Amino acid sequence: MKTYLSLLIVFLSFSHFFAQNELENNEAITKKLPSVKLKDYKGKVVNTAELGLKGPIIFSFWATWCAPCKKELNAINDLYSDWQAETGVTLVAVSIDDEKTKSQVAIYVDGKAWEYIVLLDPNGDFKRAMGVNNVPHTFLVDTDGTIVYSHNNYAPGDEEKLYEEIKKLSLK
Amino acid sequence: MKYFFFAIFLSPFLLFSQANISGNIESTFQYLNNDSLIGATQPDQKGLINSYMNVFYTHGKFKAGLRVESYLPRIQGYPNRFDGTGIGMRYVGYANDLVDVTLGTFYEQFGSGLALRAYEDRALGYDNLLDGMRLIVRPKSGVVLKGVYGYQRLSFQQGKLMYGDGIVRGVDGEINLNEAVKKLEDFPLTMVFGTSFVSKFQVDDDPSLILPKNVGAYGARAKFRYKNVTLDGEYIIKEQDPSNDNSKIYNYGHASVINLSYTKKGLGILLSGKSVDNMSYRSDRTKDLQDVLINYLPSLNKTHTYNLVSTLYPYVTQLLGEVAFQGDVLYTFKKGTKIGGKYGTSVNFNVSTTYQPIKHTSSINPLDSTGVAYITRPFDKSDSLYWRDINVNVTKKINKNLSFIFSYFNITINNDVAKISNDAAGIISSHVGVIETAYKINKTNSIRTELQGMFVEKENGLIKDKGNWATVLVEYSISPSYFFSFMDQYNYGNPIESKRIHYPIITCGYIKDATRFTVSYGRQRAGLFCVGGVCRFVPANNGLTFSFTQSF
Repeated sequence: MKTYLSLLIVFLSFSHFFAQNELENNEAITKKLPSVKLKDYKGKVVNTAELGLKGPIIFSFWATWCAPCKKELNAINDLYSDWQAETGVTLVAVSIDDEKTKSQVAIYVDGKAWEYIVLLDPNGDFKRAMGVNNVPHTFLVDTDGTIVYSHNNYAPGDEEKLYEEIKKLSLK
Repeated sequence: MKYFFFAIFLSPFLLFSQANISGNIESTFQYLNNDSLIGATQPDQKGLINSYMNVFYTHGKFKAGLRVESYLPRIQGYPNRFDGTGIGMRYVGYANDLVDVTLGTFYEQFGSGLALRAYEDRALGYDNLLDGMRLIVRPKSGVVLKGVYGYQRLSFQQGKLMYGDGIVRGVDGEINLNEAVKKLEDFPLTMVFGTSFVSKFQVDDDPSLILPKNVGAYGARAKFRYKNVTLDGEYIIKEQDPSNDNSKIYNYGHASVINLSYTKKGLGILLSGKSVDNMSYRSDRTKDLQDVLINYLPSLNKTHTYNLVSTLYPYVTQLLGEVAFQGDVLYTFKKGTKIGGKYGTSVNFNVSTTYQPIKHTSSINPLDSTGVAYITRPFDKSDSLYWRDINVNVTKKINKNLSFIFSYFNITINNDVAKISNDAAGIISSHVGVIETAYKINKTNSIRTELQGMFVEKENGLIKDKGNWATVLVEYSISPSYFFSFMDQYNYGNPIESKRIHYPIITCGYIKDATRFTVSYGRQRAGLFCVGGVCRFVPANNGLTFSFTQSF
């Protein structure tokens, strides 16, 4: 009996979870940005949930050994100044490089003259909290800290779809 | 009873008000065939499946999480001690601005991981999480103190977590002086200092030796940054730890890393050094391979992505001792210059070398009661080469739709030390060339190709190891949802004619937001599959692989 009761609780909880997800404007369960303390590549500690940025934020998980990740971030870098001027968006590139390749992150970021905020997640704490299976995985977060869009791949042209989603936010 | 059901019905509302749930699911299914040409055999079950799901729950300052794992049975190449379905990770915790406490399982890294790193890599089946208690205290801005206590995950049998024999304890402190001391806030030199102490306890059940039950590892680290220059390093000493790895010697171990970098917009330069001696540090002294390692000692080299370079001759750190160096330069020629062209051109040059350390034995009597076998000093290297990698790549965008990446790699590996092949002895040296082309047909359709050639140097006119290889890859993608790829690896230069085999494989994928399906069918060659600093041997196989991932 006890087992059935606990199963029932779990079932009801989850059915509610999914049912509520269907409802628009229901703030009870939205996927909010988790709060994890990471270092930027200059060594300063930042809280992922309190970055103090004004507009929408793109979180892009990448690594120096991930070719499609670098293609995506290089493609966006060519468009970034226009995106920022038009929508006020900021891109945070979260590197999941561990100690083996972590020291190459700054070399790549500056060598490619990226203008992004770059955070280091060497032990996968933020990656885990965001439910990332593999890279590249890109999230779009609105000004309330709610994750509104995510995409787990990169093919040339994906940045256009991402930009459409950003524009939807700035129209709201 | 009526009230009871009412309470259950209400519980979701209470539970989920302002609550946050996130997580992910991954499932990989394989159906394998017999293929005598490549030595692949069909398992008795024919079908294999690995699955796991993480669920993380936060509600204000409270947090909880769990992972259900399932191996029915495990896919090929996964550790053989994974079976059944059950809970592989679970914790509860509480965090505010001052404290962050976790009870149950957790992942953690002190400094650069030379003394302690608990982490997971699902793709490799690697997981050395700690199960116990962790407390993180942040008494003021810029100061972090950590304490951990727990048993290490060793395996997952019949759906249950299995632990290493020894218990692991550790404390770590770090101070960022510019954040902690108000006066230094705007000081141009950034200074971070840290120190750790880790200890493991394991019963001494050896009838013939007196083994240390408690073995410590301790050291310090620092990071300085001045304008464009960053210097960081860490040094760790390990106490006497006779184990299966080191043939039960009573030497102290030591490990050090140092990185010096200079970066500005368009240029990055890195010089690194690493020295390791007798640093296998496990919570069970009888274990080997990747089991219950407390610390993390990755090899010092670039992680390559093209398949011939990354999987045929990868190098893994020699825990018993090595001295390694690396240099890396990335320069982007500006837009509008002669070499830069319309879009800028990037050139990356990278060199890494690893040598055997010198072990001084002249003043040592190996038979005396101390059990000390030799003396070593950090960065005291011999000329005996373990590994060398010289590589260069150039990224060139021709126009809005067409771009190229040209790469060259010269890889030299000492197969007697870092054993990678059963078909050769001594030094294997190879040259690899890759041309990658990307062409955007229109807004959503694009095509990408890779042409790779590997040329293994001959020895006395004879073909070495498996000889030369070639790879062709064609990938067609339709943004944002579909991709199709075909790859063929061909061992055309194998000295044995019957082993000049093609390894063709087709992969298709469908992606919708955070959901991803991929199906592949074909042959996969045996090889070392590495992520970060850990590698897993995957046997040759032929068949169908279906995988599904979802984030939420």
